Amino acid sequence: MIPAAFDYVRAGSVDEAVRVLGERGEDAKVLAGGQSLIPLLRLRLSYPEVVVDVGRVEEMHGVREDGEHLVIGAMTTHAEVIDSDLVRTHCGLLSEATETVADPAVRHRGTFGGSLAHADPAGDLPAVALALDAEFVIAGSGGRRTVPAQGFFVDYLQTAVGADEVLVEVRLPKLGAGWGHRYEKFHRVAQSWAIVGVAAVVHRSNGSIDQARIGLTNMGPTPLRASAVEQALSGADVSGIGAAAEHAADDTSPASDLGGAADYRQHLARVLTRRAVSAAAGG
Amino acid sequence: MVHISVTVDGAQTQHDVEPRLLLVHYLRERVGKVGTPVGCDTSNCGACTVLLDGKSVKSCSVLAVQADGSEITTIEGLANGEWHPVQSAFKECHALQCGYCTPGMIMASVDLLNSNPSPSEEEIRAGLEGNLCRCTGYQNIVKAVQTAAAQGGAR
Amino acid sequence: MTETVERPLARENSVGQPLRRKEDARLVTGRTNWTDNIVLPGMLHMAVLRSPMAHARITRIDVSGALQRPGVVAAYSAADLGDANGSIPCVWPVTDDMVSPPHPCLAIDEVRYVGDAVAVVIAADRYAAADALEAIDVDYEPLPAVVEMPAALAEGSPLVHSESGTNKCYTWEFGGGDYEAAKAKADRVFTRHYVNQRLIPMAMEPRAVVANPTGPDGEITLWSATQIPHVLRVLLALVTGIPENKIRVIAPDVGGGFGSKLQLYREEVLAVVIANRLGRPLKWTESRSENAQVTHHGRDQLQEIELAVTNEGKILGLRVDLTANMGAYLHIITPGVPLLGAFMFNSIYKMEALSFTCTGVFTNTTPTDAYRGAGRPEATFAIERIMDDLAAELGVDPLELRRRNWITHEEFPYTTIAGLEYDSGNYEAATARAVELFDYDGLRAEQKARRERKDPVQLGIGVSTFTEMCGLAPSRVLGSLKYVAGGWEHATVRILPTGVVEVVTGTSPHGQGHVTAWSQIAADALGVDPSAVQVIHGDTGTSPYGMDSYGSRSLVVGGVALVQAAERVVEKAKVIAAHLLEADAADLEYKDGAFNVKGSPGSSKTIQEVAFEAFTAHNLPDGVEPTLQANSTLDPSTFSFPHGTHLCAVDIDTETGMTKIRTYVCVDDIGKVINPMIVEGQVHGGLAQGIAQALFEEAVYDDAGNLVTGSLVDYLVPAAPDLPHFTTDRTETPSTTNPLGVKGVGEAGTIASTPAVVNAVVDALRPFGVDDVRMACTPERVWRAINDAGSKGGDRAAEGTVAYGGATTESTAGGQGDGIEKTGGQA
Repeated sequence: MIPAAFDYVRAGSVDEAVRVLGERGEDAKVLAGGQSLIPLLRLRLSYPEVVVDVGRVEEMHGVREDGEHLVIGAMTTHAEVIDSDLVRTHCGLLSEATETVADPAVRHRGTFGGSLAHADPAGDLPAVALALDAEFVIAGSGGRRTVPAQGFFVDYLQTAVGADEVLVEVRLPKLGAGWGHRYEKFHRVAQSWAIVGVAAVVHRSNGSIDQARIGLTNMGPTPLRASAVEQALSGADVSGIGAAAEHAADDTSPASDLGGAADYRQHLARVLTRRAVSAAAGG
Repeated sequence: MVHISVTVDGAQTQHDVEPRLLLVHYLRERVGKVGTPVGCDTSNCGACTVLLDGKSVKSCSVLAVQADGSEITTIEGLANGEWHPVQSAFKECHALQCGYCTPGMIMASVDLLNSNPSPSEEEIRAGLEGNLCRCTGYQNIVKAVQTAAAQGGAR
Repeated sequence: MTETVERPLARENSVGQPLRRKEDARLVTGRTNWTDNIVLPGMLHMAVLRSPMAHARITRIDVSGALQRPGVVAAYSAADLGDANGSIPCVWPVTDDMVSPPHPCLAIDEVRYVGDAVAVVIAADRYAAADALEAIDVDYEPLPAVVEMPAALAEGSPLVHSESGTNKCYTWEFGGGDYEAAKAKADRVFTRHYVNQRLIPMAMEPRAVVANPTGPDGEITLWSATQIPHVLRVLLALVTGIPENKIRVIAPDVGGGFGSKLQLYREEVLAVVIANRLGRPLKWTESRSENAQVTHHGRDQLQEIELAVTNEGKILGLRVDLTANMGAYLHIITPGVPLLGAFMFNSIYKMEALSFTCTGVFTNTTPTDAYRGAGRPEATFAIERIMDDLAAELGVDPLELRRRNWITHEEFPYTTIAGLEYDSGNYEAATARAVELFDYDGLRAEQKARRERKDPVQLGIGVSTFTEMCGLAPSRVLGSLKYVAGGWEHATVRILPTGVVEVVTGTSPHGQGHVTAWSQIAADALGVDPSAVQVIHGDTGTSPYGMDSYGSRSLVVGGVALVQAAERVVEKAKVIAAHLLEADAADLEYKDGAFNVKGSPGSSKTIQEVAFEAFTAHNLPDGVEPTLQANSTLDPSTFSFPHGTHLCAVDIDTETGMTKIRTYVCVDDIGKVINPMIVEGQVHGGLAQGIAQALFEEAVYDDAGNLVTGSLVDYLVPAAPDLPHFTTDRTETPSTTNPLGVKGVGEAGTIASTPAVVNAVVDALRPFGVDDVRMACTPERVWRAINDAGSKGGDRAAEGTVAYGGATTESTAGGQGDGIEKTGGQA
């Protein structure tokens, strides 16, 4: 199928992108790697009047360190994230989860920022961003602002990025010693989206879990933190993981669709959370 | 219209294109590279896979304007005087039947071997997860990639 | 046999060698000729506007807006085309009273499924055509839609075709022996209900057509991604009224079919009619979304199957009651597909009686028709599922139950209760080999241990011992089934003046490697090298006679025709050679491509020399016509009956319901083999499709009739990581009904594998009280079955999607009265 016609602006800088978005606002769509947007355009499920291509904005590319944070440019491709030693060393959960995103060809084009800004609840990276306590740097006409992960995912396919704004980069706190991680993705075939995914980072000291952050994929219109599990894990040893994981579906209202009905998703969330946390805790 | 300049299989091409023009349609209908077919609307099937600056991409999910200034290798440009080892291995191992997925499958395999010159069976299967074949059940494709790897398929 | 090794090719035995395919050089280098590649001067592009509603009245349609769009040359609704709109015929009226409603190319007044064609736009390029569709105005008045077969058959159901007064298309009955008598004698009557879900063929190449008007009187060349160029030409002539001789149909490179391109499609008719009307070439290329929606679907049966058995598990009688979904219209062989299975439910088993009934039903869904196996996978699924279920019920090993009932190798030829004479087979040998490769006993022991320790990952073992009838088909049999065409095949063999062997075949390959295999057959028949053979196919201009490729027929009918034609060439050449050698033809022997006078070494003529003499015709014996060529049009005397034993082991994560195939072994017997490499590839691909039906693929409609699985995002075609490594082997029991000793192989893997996998899934779950899981056996269904044994896993999760039996995930359905009914024997 064939996209409807649109105007095209290749932004040379964040400022230029913001300026065009300011002028065209709701009629504009930001093009990152295009791996979600272009299929939507082809199916004519999206009809922008103008597409603002930020794929070549230099400052939006690459992974760098900034003190206790990693900073990942929004246009860094999934393949670049996977290949990044910095990411693997300091945010291994992201490396692991990104390897499960789509397929190699899509990972060559698709971007970290594009996936997060698209905010598909079945996408793998939003839940990972939650578990990693990411901060999102958003540029608009009034300058730049930083939004914490908990405030970024607003609703189904909606984020804190306004129509005249661009997600520039994502800041991730480095995980130091004692942290373990696991992304448990459950899907029917290699190509299909996660029915449920669980992204867990767990910190252990003196044999017990003192901190855990767990993000849930596809358990609602936005990615969710499994807060009840996190609380139950605090201070628990590995033998308490099973009981804690029973809270994984608390306060969730997942969709019923071809992938699974809500009750099945809730069941999966509990099983996968137990497995993810056990693996992350080295148990 | 946007003016783009792309090197396709070693030859430079320049065209004015609509922004919405898909790279695969650019290749097929403007450059005449019909060896790269279209198999779906949703970037699942991978039949249209080409190398863009040496990396596999699904050319149905790239706009021609995004490829401006880049270098594209299609199935038609893969042989360099003689067949690429992956092409030879596909024939040798009967890794194709109808052949429609084959251009994409070969390009994905080339990309796989470039990044992992001696993959395990599991790594081969995972590396080709973005390419669908309806004829072979994949077994001979896996064998072909193994064969190409043994013959130095990363070239 | 699982390895294909390169050996020096001995000229005399090309058959049996894994010759690498001649087709591949183009295909691996992109020098292909797909229909969508074709560009002709002045060519226009067609796009089709499709109904967004499953059932509605068209109260107004206005295409004028499209004409205002840039690049648009024409736009048509049904009214604009008038009589030229045409109607797609059904060529298999299975009963005299079958309901066969009109099937217009563009819908007239009413649309009956989502995707029904409503109007077309013709424009300068495909982008302009796609844009202009949005400028066509259609007002729809919704009508109630019916998407489930039981609902469609219920009193007061909305009617798909109101003028028919019913949604029932036909009821067809068949049988052998006296089922009621068999039932009365039986110790037990075992009844099961299975759902054979709807599938979407999804050949990798979507359909495409290019129509090129070449003369003022309707002359037209049509390139189409079709399996059936010859049949298509006949049907196009019948539908359009263009004299058949003015139509040339070419199937260029065709990217898979699996039955979905065994069809006359509306777009083929529209392209021909409109190209002629405009006097310009026209191309239409299907998108994948259109492909999912309007290229015909397959399967979709509700199956009630009943065995009357003794307490020892001896089958006395079999009763089958099918409900088969036709979809909204009849395509060319829609009603006949389930009937191809009628003869196969009894499979490899001996019994006294068979009772078969099939009811075809219209619904507001995409029409169904042939999909790889066409009726036989459905039959094999039901009989092999019930055999495993019965074995469990009786506490007998499923292989042992089969042994108690199958035809033994000494009993061939054997006439089955369905009236077919199976020529040859050896079920014992294939099963023994499969059991050995599989380590059946070892896996059973492991299964026992895992059950005992309540391992969360349970092991299941599934059996499928199948046969099928293929090589469609003896024309008289087709006639008796009211099919309107024959099942013969044609071949021409010519030795050209330069010595090239030209084979013209009426088969139309689309991935099967006929060019290679036919070269091997001709090479052996003529004693030449396969490289000297050229094969022409798929073009009614150059291969005018043929019945094309489907139903695993190409080799067993077309290949045998080729052998006959080649033998006739040798016969003719012998007469000429005798003349040239001044010898008696009876004294000549033909070997390695040359005629030798027996006892006179050095006195010989090669077939190429004879061909040149036949070309110049300067010195031919009296009464011998110039040129060296011969034809054969072969009507097979019977079907061919490949068989095999497939064994599958699955690991099921009982916490999540995820099934993973751990081991898959199949031992097929397809008689003699022309090219073992190609055969193995056919088996692999067939297995992939059959396994996909068991585990992944399912066309799902919501209750408004929208296809929910309308793209490859939702319709889950397996990729490489989703399938296991297959262990394949063969036994070889030659067919006795054709000179090559061959049996068909194209559909075998698909037919056999589905029940093997589902049997394995159910076997793993039997300790939980589960006796069925509906296909596709998704993790959710498996999990639900574990937690509610009677639910069969229930239906698709999406609320509001179609659920056979009315079950939803909120209240999973109970059984449908399945199980053992104990009879008193004499009662």
